[in-house]
Amino acid sequence: MEKILTKNFELKNSHTVEVYESTGGYRSLKKLFAMQPNDVIEEVKKSGLRGRGGAGFPTGMKWSFVPQNIPKPKYLCVNADESEPGTFKDRYIMELDPHRMIEGIIICSYAIRANTAYIYIRGEFVFPKQRIDAALAEAYKKGYLGKNILGSGYDLEVYVHRGAGAYICGEETALMESLEGKRGWPRLKPPFPAVVGLFGCPTVINNVETVSALPYIMENGADAYKKFGTEKSPGTKMFSVSGHVNKPGNYELPLGYPLKKLIYEDCGGMKDGKALKAVIPGGSSVPVLTAAEAEEATLDYEGLQAKGSMLGSGGVIVMDETTDMVKALTNLAHFYSHESCGQCSPCREGTGWSHKILKRIVAGEGRQGDLDQLLAIADNMMGKTICVLADALAMPIQSYLKKFRKEFESYLCQP
Amino acid sequence: MPTLTIDGKQVTVKDGTSVFEAARQSEISIPHFCYHPKLTIAGNCRMCLVDIEKMPKPAISCNTVATEGMVVHTKTEKVQALQKNVLEFILINHPIDCPVCDQAGECRLQEYYMDYTLTESKFREEKVHKPKKVDLGPLVMLDDERCILCTRCVRFCDEISKTGELCITNRGDHSTLTTFPGKKLDNKYSLNTVDICPVGALTSKPFRFQCRVWFLKSTPSICTGCSTGCNININHHDGTVYRYLPRENEAVNQVWTCDEGRLSYPFINFGRLIWGMLKKEGQLVPSSPEPVLSEVVSALTRMGAENLVFVGSAYESNENNAALKKLAQGLGVTDLQYSAHQVDDPYSDDFLIKADKNPNRAGVEKLGFKPFTGGTQLKVVVALEGIGKQDLLRLKEENPMMLILLASNQSEAVEIADVVLPIAVFAEQVGTFTNFQKRVQKFEKALNPKGQTRPAYEWLGEIAKRMNLSWEVASAEAIFQEAFGMKYEDLGKEGKVLGETRDK
Repeated sequence: MEKILTKNFELKNSHTVEVYESTGGYRSLKKLFAMQPNDVIEEVKKSGLRGRGGAGFPTGMKWSFVPQNIPKPKYLCVNADESEPGTFKDRYIMELDPHRMIEGIIICSYAIRANTAYIYIRGEFVFPKQRIDAALAEAYKKGYLGKNILGSGYDLEVYVHRGAGAYICGEETALMESLEGKRGWPRLKPPFPAVVGLFGCPTVINNVETVSALPYIMENGADAYKKFGTEKSPGTKMFSVSGHVNKPGNYELPLGYPLKKLIYEDCGGMKDGKALKAVIPGGSSVPVLTAAEAEEATLDYEGLQAKGSMLGSGGVIVMDETTDMVKALTNLAHFYSHESCGQCSPCREGTGWSHKILKRIVAGEGRQGDLDQLLAIADNMMGKTICVLADALAMPIQSYLKKFRKEFESYLCQP
Repeated sequence: MPTLTIDGKQVTVKDGTSVFEAARQSEISIPHFCYHPKLTIAGNCRMCLVDIEKMPKPAISCNTVATEGMVVHTKTEKVQALQKNVLEFILINHPIDCPVCDQAGECRLQEYYMDYTLTESKFREEKVHKPKKVDLGPLVMLDDERCILCTRCVRFCDEISKTGELCITNRGDHSTLTTFPGKKLDNKYSLNTVDICPVGALTSKPFRFQCRVWFLKSTPSICTGCSTGCNININHHDGTVYRYLPRENEAVNQVWTCDEGRLSYPFINFGRLIWGMLKKEGQLVPSSPEPVLSEVVSALTRMGAENLVFVGSAYESNENNAALKKLAQGLGVTDLQYSAHQVDDPYSDDFLIKADKNPNRAGVEKLGFKPFTGGTQLKVVVALEGIGKQDLLRLKEENPMMLILLASNQSEAVEIADVVLPIAVFAEQVGTFTNFQKRVQKFEKALNPKGQTRPAYEWLGEIAKRMNLSWEVASAEAIFQEAFGMKYEDLGKEGKVLGETRDK
């Protein structure tokens, strides 16, 4: 299959501007500047590209919400705060093909008429940050960034801002707060970022992978992009596979790809020949799939929805028969209670309460009624908060308990 | 102007009104912790979740704009369950120390628990422990375990006092209210954070552990700390004032008051003169009122009007000054001056604190008293409480023949007086002050006058009666009506600005 996002990954010095240019990089800009910004938005809408950060919102539509008839500056924020457990795709793009992202930044910024873009990068990503800094310097030097890019009259400045380690700062409004120098607390919506975003100005926030798909779409057109994937989920997507497989790693696949094929063919099957037990298909916050569900699922927005889960960020966590699902859920509860920003009562208290109950169950002090209490907490958190962090724990609780209840019951003190 | 339906009631509201405010306007109360009408919306407590038809999820009413045709449910079983479940979350890590908590009796959390839950907690785990006694600043203590993280205090310091001392640190259920490193919660309005704290997390150092709130009676009044005239409630019990709380008046102080003003009450409780005083052999000695009154009447009778000076006070009510003026006029006295509290280097700002620390300067001037210039040599001076430092120096220098002082508290002025009539303080009587805006505002009687004290207007009326001046010891309202040409009820809720009245 032709690759879009990862096509240069194997090349030597793929991160340099020379190698990127030699593979056709930055060629789409000429075409871009010949187009009206609105036509760029239309083309991206037509491509069917959806946000690759997790929510899957149609990218072109998001851009079209930015009001153009107001005097405020517009901003692009690239969400490079990749923190969803099990997800490590953006990091690879930034390390191995940073210019693809930069070219995408130029395309998006031009389309929404932004002259400033920010890359908000996870603080722990020291090496990717170095690669981006170097790539930005190259791009400025080559005239792809800065004033009057390639004689087009269009100006664009790009800044990199490092996060300080909070998972919540990957949530788009918390990201903006953090970028503004404030505590990373998600904002109430409405207003939405497209209207009132960074520094109170219209802002588009796109994931690294989303932005990196744009050069291909500009260069080859929406129709070429739509040849990949399914009708409702066009294009390719990177899947970060971790867990009990023989060849974990990043895989760029057309959407709609069978999960079974990914595990058993691309990833070389289960490690040590063990049996598959469960798969988290889209990052740790989405509902877990049983082996049977996973073997029927296709990797696209609709396919996973049909199985009661979500495509999310594409972090595929594969668990074999030796996995203790109670401990796995406890681990997640620990993560989410630690990362809850603490703003909304249900999330602040609910994540911590869940974690404490689960820890007690694992310690052999589980009681009858604990599981129903966990479900009640999940239900009371779900959909009751400013952002979806509470849901990100509620969904695993609900799905683990529904699909592996017997395992949880075996931990409880018998009546 | 959208029209929506809340719990079956139709209500039409201004564009942009929240569902929460729309409900409030139709007298439907929605439980809440973080919402405060004077602060930005935080939307974090989630207690005001309601069910809105055609919306996929429950919505917080504080951040949902009312739209045409919206159908909102705030009291259905479903909504009550939502609110109860949020309350359960807020309660799990909250200490059950109500018996020793100062907020008990006026605690939102306690009230809602009574309304919604009244069952044992399902929480079986160890609660999160946080600092129990944090000295946030000179006037405010914090119990972090009680804090429900509504951020009202943080927003107050960011948005109202604009001093920004407070913040939340840490995450999740370890989130902790604190001050920024090296900072104290030390601003001129810090005690408002205690007022708006819905639980017992923030407590007022001067008030904590002094009195259980259910013993307190509340009387509407006006702060005498400066010429702003902040509307307050005096909280008192058994003849003692324990605190002032701000009372809403959009036209004056909105819902706030300053620390300096709200802590100006101790003079009501302490240092009071509860007996009259007479000078005997060069010494002031306590006396029952009768000999004092006789002495005053005889002195006033002896002197001709031209030898009398009447000194009103910018610290006393319109009624007391009007009574003084009436007595002066009855005796044919024309020398009407007034004194005022004088403070070195008074603090003021563009919010609530005025440099003029007198609650009624505009009132006493309106009554025709002129600022004190002296000229009291060999004269008898009749003065109301509140003689300023400079004026007192001048009085001492001029050494009048006799100083008849109507005073409530021990002071330097009392030391040079020859005759003292003990008067009630404002909190012990009904009256009005005219603030810097020329707004006349009424205060109510919170306490009974202490000891032998009576409101000044009563003493003055008594003197007039004994001098056959043909006026009765009238009520405060009668004096007010005569002087201002209106009744108390004409003042309305926000007071009345002079010049906008018939008085003009």
